[in-house]
Order: sequence, then C-alpha cells, then structure tokens
Amino acid sequence: METTAVKEYTFKDFTSDQEIRWCPGCDDYVILRAMQKALPEMGVKREDVVFISGIGCSSRFPYYIDSYGMHSIHGRAPGVASGVKLANPNLSVWVITGDGDALAIGGNHFIHVLRRNIDLNIILFNNEIYGLTKGQFSPTSLVGQKTKSSPYGNTQPPFSPGELAIGAQARFFARIGGNTPKEMTQLFIEAEKFKGTSLIEVLQNCPIFNDGCYDAITDKAVRADKQLFVEHGKPMIFGKERDKGLILNGLKLEVVAIGENGITENDIIVHDAKEQDSTLHQMLVRLQYPIVTGIIRSFDDATLEEREDALTAEVKASSKFTKTDDLFFSGDTYKVE
Amino acid sequence: MVTSKVNHQQEVLEAVIIRFVGDSGDGMQLTGTQFSDTSAMFGNDIATFPNYPSEIRAPQGSLYGVSGFQVHIGSVEISTPGDNVDWLVAMNPAGLKTNLQAVKPGHTIIVDTDSFTKKNLVKAQYESNPLEDGSLENYRVIEVAMTSLTKEALKNVEGLDNKSITRSKNMFALGMVYWMYDRSTEHTIAFFNKKFKSKPELIEANTKVLNTGYYFAETLELIPNAYTISPAKMEPGNYRIIMGNTATAWGFLAAAEKSGLELFLGSYPITPATDILHELVKHKHFGVKAFQAEDEIAGITSAIGASFAGDLAITTTSGPGLALKGEALGLAMMIELPLVVVNVQRGGPSTGLPTKTEQSDLLQSLYGRNGESPVIVIAASTPANCFDFAYQAAKLTLEHMTPVILLTDGYIANGSAPWKIQSVDDLPEIKNNIVNEVNENWHPYNRNEDTLARNWAIPGTAGLEHRVGGLEKDRVSGNVSYAPENHEYMTNIRSEKIKRVQNYIPELTTEFADSGDLLVIGWGGTYGSLHSAVKQINEEGYSNIGFAHFNYINPLPKNTETILKQFKKIVVCELNNGQFAKVLKMNFDGLNLSQFNKIQGLPFGNSELIEKFKQLVK
Repeated sequence: METTAVKEYTFKDFTSDQEIRWCPGCDDYVILRAMQKALPEMGVKREDVVFISGIGCSSRFPYYIDSYGMHSIHGRAPGVASGVKLANPNLSVWVITGDGDALAIGGNHFIHVLRRNIDLNIILFNNEIYGLTKGQFSPTSLVGQKTKSSPYGNTQPPFSPGELAIGAQARFFARIGGNTPKEMTQLFIEAEKFKGTSLIEVLQNCPIFNDGCYDAITDKAVRADKQLFVEHGKPMIFGKERDKGLILNGLKLEVVAIGENGITENDIIVHDAKEQDSTLHQMLVRLQYPIVTGIIRSFDDATLEEREDALTAEVKASSKFTKTDDLFFSGDTYKVE
Repeated sequence: MVTSKVNHQQEVLEAVIIRFVGDSGDGMQLTGTQFSDTSAMFGNDIATFPNYPSEIRAPQGSLYGVSGFQVHIGSVEISTPGDNVDWLVAMNPAGLKTNLQAVKPGHTIIVDTDSFTKKNLVKAQYESNPLEDGSLENYRVIEVAMTSLTKEALKNVEGLDNKSITRSKNMFALGMVYWMYDRSTEHTIAFFNKKFKSKPELIEANTKVLNTGYYFAETLELIPNAYTISPAKMEPGNYRIIMGNTATAWGFLAAAEKSGLELFLGSYPITPATDILHELVKHKHFGVKAFQAEDEIAGITSAIGASFAGDLAITTTSGPGLALKGEALGLAMMIELPLVVVNVQRGGPSTGLPTKTEQSDLLQSLYGRNGESPVIVIAASTPANCFDFAYQAAKLTLEHMTPVILLTDGYIANGSAPWKIQSVDDLPEIKNNIVNEVNENWHPYNRNEDTLARNWAIPGTAGLEHRVGGLEKDRVSGNVSYAPENHEYMTNIRSEKIKRVQNYIPELTTEFADSGDLLVIGWGGTYGSLHSAVKQINEEGYSNIGFAHFNYINPLPKNTETILKQFKKIVVCELNNGQFAKVLKMNFDGLNLSQFNKIQGLPFGNSELIEKFKQLVK
C-alpha cells in the first residue's frame, strides 16, 4: 500500500480544460460541480480516481473531470469499470450512466454489477427521457408520457431504478434531487466511503425534452413537504414544520401528522439503512408520497475483491507453483534423448 | 466366447490410427487419452482428436449419442489424427454403425459382443446383426464378450454397484490394446491411484479389469504381440502431451510472467473455447484474475477496463461471441489499448455446429466491426503451437498497442500432441509502452516513431491523468475532435500502425519446393492435414509442389507476393467457402488461384487433398 499523504485539493484540481457541452440549465452542471466539490473531501489522490461512462448526455461527464477517464460504449460502463477495479483495487472507480444507458441497453450489466458487489460507485442520471437522441421515451418514462417516439403517449410501464437495484442485491442505494447540490456532495462522499457497489439515483431535470418532470417533488417551494430525506438512526420525519412522519401500519407505510391523534415523535419509524433485510428499504423506494431521498440502504457486505483476494491468498499459500516453469515441467512429462 | 475370424501376420508398423467409440457414457475420451499419453511417454509422436456429441447425455445406445476418440501414433512424424483408421474399438452397435465407413478395408474391428443385443441393434437402426449377417466380411472382426468378462473379473471385489462394474469395461478394451502394442499399463494404474484416491474399491476394480483385458489378449494368442511401433525421431528435450486450448492458456501465462504484467481474463462460457477459461481459473497462484462475466460483451469490456488499468488483458470466445464483442473491440481499437481476443472457431453461421470445426470467422475477424477498424489477426496451426501464438499475440498487442485477434479452431483446440516444453527464460522479450515520466510535452496520443504505438499511461500514475473514449480523438491531445482532416489522419494512422507490424513478424516460408507448378496454401488449423498431404504427394514423385502456410493474416508477411509468384498455379485450401482466397485476391493482382473448400464441420482428409492436387498438376 502507498503511504504518501494525500495532498490538499480544491475543486479546481478536478476541473479539466474541456469546454462543457451540456445544454444551458441542465442539472448535469449541478452534478458535475457537486462531484468536483466532493472529490477533494474523499482523501483519494487525483491519479487514483477513474471515471467510466457509457453513452448519453451524462456520459460526457468524464471529459470534464481532471482525472483518469473513459467514455466507453452504450450500456457497458459497468463491465469496463469492473475490469478497472479488479485490475487495481487501489483505485476509486466511478460509473456515470443514465436511465437509457443503465436500464435499457445496459440492463444486464446493471443488475450483475450490483449482484457482485465490486467496490464501485455508480451515479445514475435519471431524467426519464433519451436526451442525446433527442427525446424518445426511456425505461423510466411514465405511462402516457408523450415523447418523440410515443406521440400518443407511452404504453410501456417504467422501472423504478431503486426497486430494480435492490432486487438485484444492491447493498447501497441513495436517491437525491438534481437541484440539491449540498446533500448531493455529501452523498458522493458517503458512496466513496462505502465498501461495495453504491448506486446513487439523481432525479435530474432535462430542460429541453422533459422539462419540469420532477417539479412536483424537487421545486424549492414544495421540496420539504414532498420529500423525506432519510438518515440512518434518525426518525423518518419530513415537512417544512417537521410535523409529518412515517409509521408502519400493517404491511403499509403511512404518513401521520405528529401531534395529532396522540402521535408523538417516538411513534415514528427510525431509519435503519444497515439492515440486511431489504423489505422496508423497498417500501421506502416505492413510496410515492413522500418521495424518499438520502441513503435508503447501506448494508455492509463482503466485496467481490475481498472474496477473490482471500481465495488467491489461500491458493498461493498452498500451491507449489511460483513460476510458470513449475507448472510446465510438472506432472506427466517425458524426455526425448 | 471369443472368436477371431482372421489369422494374423506379424506386423511392424510406422504408424497406426486407432479409434475408440461407444456410448457417451462409456468413457471413450478417457480410454483414448490414456492410450495416447502412454504412447507419448513411450516416445511415439502422437496426434489425437476427440469427437463427441453436443448432447451431454444423449439417450443410451442411440446413433447421435456416440462418442469417439481417435489416436494416431507413430515412429515417424505425425501431423494429424489421420482420417481412415486401422483399428476400431466399438463398444456398441451404434458406435460400429456410425464409424464403420472410416475403417480401412481389411483392417480390424474389436467389438463388445455383449452389447449387440436386440434392443441395441434396434436403437442403432440395424435390421440384422452385422456380426452375423456377413456385412463385415471385408474386415477382421475380433469379437469379445467384454461386459461379461468384466463382470466375471469383478465378482469378488467388494463394495461395487452394478453401474461401476459395467462402466469399467472400457478398461478391458484398453488393456487389450496395451498388450497388442506392447505398452505398459503402469501409467494408467498410476492414474487410477490418483483419480480414485478416496475410493480404493475403484482403484482395485479398474486395475483388475485393465489387467484382465491385457492378459486376455495375451492368453488367447489370437492377436500376436507384434504391432510394434518404435519411438519416433523427435528433437531432444522435455515433452508433455498438451491440448490446444491448454497450450493457448499457458502461452498467456508465460507472456504475463515475461512481461511482468498481471494476466486478466474476462470471459463467458462458449463451446469450444471454455476450456481456456477452465484452465486459467486454476492459476490464482500466478495472480491470474479470471472473471466469468454475465455475457460476451461484459467479458470483453471488463478486459478493456483491466487493460486501461495496466493488466495484460484477454477475452476468449467462439464465433457467435465474437459477433457480440464487435462493438467493444472497435472501442479497444479506437482507444488503442492492448487486448487479445481468442476466437476458437466452430461451425457457423448463427449457432451452427458448436462441437465441430470450421475456419469461417476469418472475414468476421478482419472486417466484423463498424467503421475503418483494422486489428492484428493471427492464427495458430497445431495444438502445440497454440502456445507460441498466444505468446506472440500478447507480445504484439503490448508492443503495438492495438487489439489482436488470435484464431484457433475446434480441431486444434481439442486435439492434443507432444509439446516440447519451453522455459519462460528462453522465450523472446516482451516490451511494453507504459509511460511513468511526466514531462510537459506528454500527450496520451504520443506515438513510438517506429511502431506508431501510442504510449500507455496507467491510472495511479500522477501527472498523466487523461481521458479516452470511442469518439474520434485529436491526433495529439486525445481530446474529442470532429475536425474532418484529423479524422482522416487518425484513420490512416490506425491502419498504418497495423501495416508496420510486417516489420516485426517472420517472413512466409515454403516447404517441399520454392517454385514450380503448384503452391498449396493454407492458414490456421489445417496445417497438419495439408502438410502431410503435400509430403505424401512429393514422396509419390511430384517434386514441384510447394506448400506455404499462413499464421499471420493481418498484416500478411512482407514477402507474400514474391512467394506466390514463384508458382504457376495456387490452390487455397480452407474449411470455409473461400475467405482467405478472397483476402489474397484483394491484395494481389494476377494470381492463378483456385480453391479447395470443405464445409462439413470436419478437417480435410488426406485422400481428398491428394486427389485435388493431382487434378491441378495433371
């Protein structure tokens, strides 16, 4: 392991000289800036940071961060990133993807990377639309949504990324609005700290093809009343006046008013992100009111690298082979004079 | 119980071809492997080829459930498993029926008479018993009741169930063959002791049956012990028997050690390439990282990621898998990273013939990607030289910073032959283009002046942070560029980089004649068949037939045209519909070129080649 101290960075150290080509007003700018602010706080060296993206608006991201990066092919960033991390577990590896990239063309890689739990961080920019191809419906577009490829309304029901991810054994899932940079920065730092695959879904507005799709949840005026930002170990309370909370009523989550009908803060469920059983996490993901943001699930488990390293150490300790010659000349060989 | 219809003459042979056939559960692969290993240790040259159904457990006794293993052993150079056989060991009627046409007239068939029951004859679609109806009178048939003799031999061995007893009858057949060829049973008994370490009753049973078969052949004196095949004249050295796929895997192990890089394999199971994955997963002691991915695409993309991070990265597949990897291979070409793609070719198109051999992925390898996307394409030509070409593929990819496709095929991948063991110390150096030093003139697309390889800056190296990607790159900075003249420049330089590999690969050589009437051309896995056919026709007095075999396809060796122009006629022999012939026609004008193509999922036969060559020089 390297022992040299990590130097002090500012967000400028992670800003490349490339001109940014996203549309004016896009939430992608917010995400980029949040990342450039988070990276100096992570205690990792710039040369050890690697961003891998697929294809789509979001996937231009690696060009704008001054670290190592690869703009790969559509849907395949999880495969590339897995190879990077397995080759050098010392690196901090990030996957940048969108709803089309991760959940349509790359759906297979998305579920398997989560299942394996390699120590990667995945940021899913979910704008419920295809942007780069100019406005077709995506796997997260709503039924009835009118797009360039669904002029009479979309007939394909959407995925919920969190539900899919947890179903695929995701150990870490967080969700955040695209217009809350401070919380976003903090989530990026938490994702890096987490050992295992962490997935952050950003509810990202596309001002050109799907403008306002999250206004009802993320607009400053309604945000506090429509979102519940969960934190591990804290009661699930929300609202401008912090007067609402969640309780479990049978097999359903229910919103209650604190102070009414004898309900006190003590009745409100305390968030346990680290619980292995994902039942409650799935309920939080599915909830339509309030929309749950923050770290919904953060269950500590062995990573693939840890399992592989342990096996390799075990095999090395008991093997009589140290060089390939030992193998080549072993077993049934014979001499021709 | 035992009858032999022919009286044997004493024979001393230069070479013999034996085929063991039976039901897929009869252990024919094991029987064949034991015989070939024992013969190799005795000093014979050998070549083997397994032939098994794609069904894992086909219905017992059925025609399509027949599994076979052919061994060619000799005191002379052996370059193929051979076509027609001298000895057929048939454990059931279905095996006899499906393999009889391969037995040379007048040669020998050993059958287990116990298996020729009414039921099995019906399953093999025989209307009458071939052992009784005279249909085998052109052959020497040795009838042995192997199943009952095996049961008799084992009646006093404790702890065996019926299944274990009948399953060991293959060892009875092996014992007989050992006696006939004067081979020791020692190697096989050592094998039992290792394999059945925790089941002493199986060691006892198999040893007993093997010896019973051996003594049975001796006692009845029906088969004189005179089929002597002396050791072959082979280059001195240490040898082992190796399968093509194992040799491929070992070539990469050696290349990783020599280059000082760690080996990463990203792969998805596919016949007939999976054995390379099976082999490499064993070698964690060398630090091999073998990653079984969720699909072919993740197999190659994980390898691209590992290459970006500084490993020697490879991915292994067969035809349909190469089709799936096409887009990612284009990315690796575009970002100019080292990567080896092994394609163990099988019968195509689509799912095709998974367990059969073919050479029909050549054009896919050369052109199966979008855009102008040249990569190095090389092909191994024997089971043993899969080692050399895997090593060479790794060397070329690291030294030239471009993906390499290594083509083998089901025939050489599953075939085995003696391999003169090569110590890593004696293998050529492998350089790489890794850059560690930071200076202000550094750019990701700085190139080596001779090879045009770009430099390889690996994550973790401070000061060399940079981005790559599938979008066109500026010729220097590597930043995204849509500039028209830059795109043309980069397209040309990627192509020129491959062309310059010509300066680093051996020239094409000819065998048997440097000039003359006919040049026989082949590439890849057909080397053995073509070499022995041209050798034979030259021995028959045709002295002006030459043979040139290609291992380097893209780029072609520098002197290719010069060699081709030394001959009046050229025949390109391929197990496809003429793909390499197309490549040659495209590259060189004025060739008098004909083709010999076979697309049956089978290797070339010696006699069909010789007939074709004679026709052409008539």
